[in-house]
Parts: sequence; C-alpha cells; structure tokens
Amino acid sequence: MKILVPIKRVVDYNIQVHPTADGKAVDISGLKMSPNPFDENAIEEAIRLKEAGTASEVVMVSFGTESNHDVLRHGLAMGADRAILVKTDKTLGSLGIAKLLKALIEKEAPNLVLMGKQSVDDDAGQAPQMLAGLLGWAQGTFVSQLTIENQTAHVVREVDGGTESLSLKLPAVISADLRLNAPRFVKLPNLMMAKKKPIESIEAETLLPLKDLKVKTIAVEYPASRGPAKILNSVDELINALKNEAGVL
Amino acid sequence: MSILILADHNGHSLKISTRQAVTAAKLLGDETHLLLVGANLDELIEEARQLSGVSKVLVADAPHLIHAVAEDIAPLITCTAASYRTIFGGHSSFTRDVLPRVAAMTDVSMISDVIEILDYRTFKRPIYAGNLVSTVQSDDPIQVLTIRGSRYKPSELNPANTADVERIEVPAQGLQLATWQSETKQSSDRPELANARIVISGGRSLGSQEKFQATLGPLAEKLNAAIGASRAAVDAGYAPNDAQVGQTGTQVAPDLYIAFGISGSIQHTAGIKDSKVIVAVNLDPDAPIFQIADYGLVADLFDVIPQLTNAV
Repeated sequence: MKILVPIKRVVDYNIQVHPTADGKAVDISGLKMSPNPFDENAIEEAIRLKEAGTASEVVMVSFGTESNHDVLRHGLAMGADRAILVKTDKTLGSLGIAKLLKALIEKEAPNLVLMGKQSVDDDAGQAPQMLAGLLGWAQGTFVSQLTIENQTAHVVREVDGGTESLSLKLPAVISADLRLNAPRFVKLPNLMMAKKKPIESIEAETLLPLKDLKVKTIAVEYPASRGPAKILNSVDELINALKNEAGVL
Repeated sequence: MSILILADHNGHSLKISTRQAVTAAKLLGDETHLLLVGANLDELIEEARQLSGVSKVLVADAPHLIHAVAEDIAPLITCTAASYRTIFGGHSSFTRDVLPRVAAMTDVSMISDVIEILDYRTFKRPIYAGNLVSTVQSDDPIQVLTIRGSRYKPSELNPANTADVERIEVPAQGLQLATWQSETKQSSDRPELANARIVISGGRSLGSQEKFQATLGPLAEKLNAAIGASRAAVDAGYAPNDAQVGQTGTQVAPDLYIAFGISGSIQHTAGIKDSKVIVAVNLDPDAPIFQIADYGLVADLFDVIPQLTNAV
C-alpha cells in the first residue's frame, strides 16, 4: 500500500503574527517556518503504518517554492521514503490545493492520502474533504485512531460531544487530529541521512493550469481586544458583578 | 435570493448551531430553506417548519440515511446547489465534514468559520487561531460557508410559521464508501461543551483527576454548566480528551466562561475569545488569562470554588 502525505509550510505555531503595514495581508517575512503540526501527525501515522508492514511506501508532497525543501526534509528525516515539490509561487487556496493533489494522485496512484485536518495559518479545514469529493473517495475527517484491514480503513473521528467510528473503503482520504499520535522527534543523524533521499520537482502548471483565487483577502486586522480583567477582591464582588453588571448569572 | 442551510440534528431535535444559522441567514438573503437528512424525521420536520425565518423544509428521509455520512449527503446538496446563492451551516463537526465536499463537487471555494457577515459575499473570519481576523470577499457564484453561531440568537419556534415541506429524491441505497459503525457520547446529564450557556474550566493546578471532579463537579451542577479543561489538565490525565477547550480542542462561546487555575496559553484563549463574559481565577497575578478576561480574582481556586458553589 502506498500512502501520500501532503505537507504545508506554515509560520511556527508558537510565533505571534501581525498584519502588514497596509492592513491587507499577514506579515510573515522573516518569521520561523515549520511543518504544519497536524501534517506531522499525518506523516507519523503513515510511517507507523510502514513500520507495521501495512504500507510499502510513504511519499510526501508540498506546494510552493524551493524554501519548502525544509519541511520535506523534516518528513524524510521522520522516515518518509521520498518527496515531491510541486513548484508554484501562487496562493492556491484549499480548492486549488485539492485540484492539484487530484492531478498528482492520478500519476502517483496512492491507496491512501493522510493529511492534517487543517493548517494552523488559514484554519480552513477544507482540503481533505475537497480532495475526497473531487476524487469520489471515502473521507475520514478529524481522525484520532486508524487501523487498516484488507481494503478497509477503520477510523475513530473526534466529533462534537464524543467520537464516531466509521469504516472506509480504500482508497480514501483521512485527515489527522492532534490526538492521532505523538510525532517522533527528528534526530540529527536522520536529518543527515534525509539529505540523500530524493526530492523531485514538478512545475504546478504541468499538472494543471492554475486559476486565480476566487476568494480574495481584502483586510487583515487584530481581533477586537477584550480585557484586561477588572480585578475584584472577593467572591461576593464577583457574584455581584456577574449578576448586576454583566447579567449572566 | 434563496439560502440553503444544512441542518445539524441528533435525530430528535435541531442543534442550537442550526437555529443560530437560521438567524444569520436573514443577513444573507430573503428566503431560507432548511435541509434535513436522516431517517424517521417526522418529529424534526415539525420543529423545522415552525422555526421563525424558515420558508421551506427540504427532507431527505430514508432508512439508510439514519447515520448518514458526508459521501452520501454531499450529492443530495450538489444536485440542487445551482438554485441557491448561499449554502451553509453552523460551525459544527458535522457541517465541517460535509460542506467542503459539497463546495469541491460544485467547483466553488468555501469560507469556513465566518464570525461576521458584511454582505452576502464579504465575511470576516479568524485566522492563526484567532490571533488575527481576515476580511474575505468571494467572486464565486455560490457561497459555501460555515458560520460560528455564537453571535446570533437561536431562531425561536413560532407555531404560526408553517414552512412548506418538500421531500427530495433519495437514491435507493448509499454509496457505501463509508459506513457508520458506532459512537461514544460524553456522559451528558450536563450540557454539551460546545453549546453550554455556562462553561467552567480547570487547569493543572487542580492537582489530580479526583480533585478535578470533586472541586468543579458541585459548582457545575449548581450552575448547570459544562466542564472544560486546559490542554495541560488533559495531558496530565485529570480530564478526558473531549473536555479540552482551546484551538486544538473545543472552541466555546458561552454567556459565561470561568477559568480556574488556567494561565491562558494562546491556543486556550483562542478557543474562548467569543465568550460573552470571561472570568479568570488564578493565584498568579501575571497570568496571561487576565489580559483577555473581563473579571479576575487573584486567589486560590480551592478557596473560591466552595464559596461560589455556596453562593449561587
């Protein structure tokens, strides 16, 4: 079984981001970039399936410029077999990514696509479901447990108020929740070895003519600020404030 | 122009996020249709047609749709998508599963997690875990959205409102790409975390699983509140996974959120920012949670909680 794992390069989740001076975009210049955390869960799960003998090959793909080599190397060091960089400097949006992935999947023919449930920059949470829809494949979203048996994937999904178990016919697209696993740390020797693993480059336009985004960002701002808290001195004061000032008790 | 809302329900009643979506729909167009998918829907149909603001209830009712999966629901929507300007739902795990598939099959983009409607194609939504807000405008012919409901009052039942009911054609069987097997629900004599009017949350300073329950339980009982937890408390095993509040857990927007012994990491505060009133109780006066709370008590939660429990 071959597994394809898409990986996105995002601003490290510990870093506070700011709008650009003109207030029209997010200023990411000079910020530390990392693999999208949920994508690391997807890579980890794919590698575990390979280690268990369920999968035979783990292929990673990232969309962007050559700077994405760092996140691909990270995945290779975790244990992926090879990586593909689909080169474009355009902003693609979830639908654009899903369409390019579909085109790539027609060439690579994986049995399973494992990807993060959302990226921590746009927080859209759409690409896996969109890809599954375009391919007409089964989808398992927000997955916290995965087992593969013959041609079926059994998943436990994190849903509002609990969990849900589904069985999915393969091929399928599965999106990883943080609870799926704890991604392994990359050791330096593995990182050195990963430098020998191949990263293939494909021009995005050779897969698919790219269209302009239909959804445009016209402003980026800080959220309306709240707080700092009015510091009270006693529980009585708090109850009084909640009852008579805020009206929520 | 008509709006289609994908209803989220539990088989007997509509989720509050759906009733909030009906209210939000008034800002998007002039005719609101509600789509119900499931089995034995009579009870739900009666509720849906009385919802103030709904003019038509579309019904896909078939035995095999009892635990309908996205693979089977999406085609029911895409075949009528062209007659709508907006297709959306409240922001729930159900709509987040189904609607992106609908958007892709309709060849349009989707805008998730709308927090403010500026006009029918211009919206504000949080990015970077709510640390920034972006305003986006869509040139697509159909808008597919999820809308975070906490800003909108749930639409009320009005017996005088009797929306038309239209049964839509359903294939004789599902695609069988995905099959529902089972589910687990968090024990629920308490309100659901995502929908509770009051949420009280505890951090790692509660000390143990036993103390977590024994300290927060009685107060939650009295307030009819849901109990949440910080990531640290969940990681320490004091509270179950599904109690985690924050960007990577459940995002909440209650009328009242009380954080006990929670310092307020970015990922936690991102998940509570839409609460109406936030109260923080923490021994550390420099805890970041005080920067986003409305009221604060610099005090020991083990002193405060019993006092609060007795007083409310």
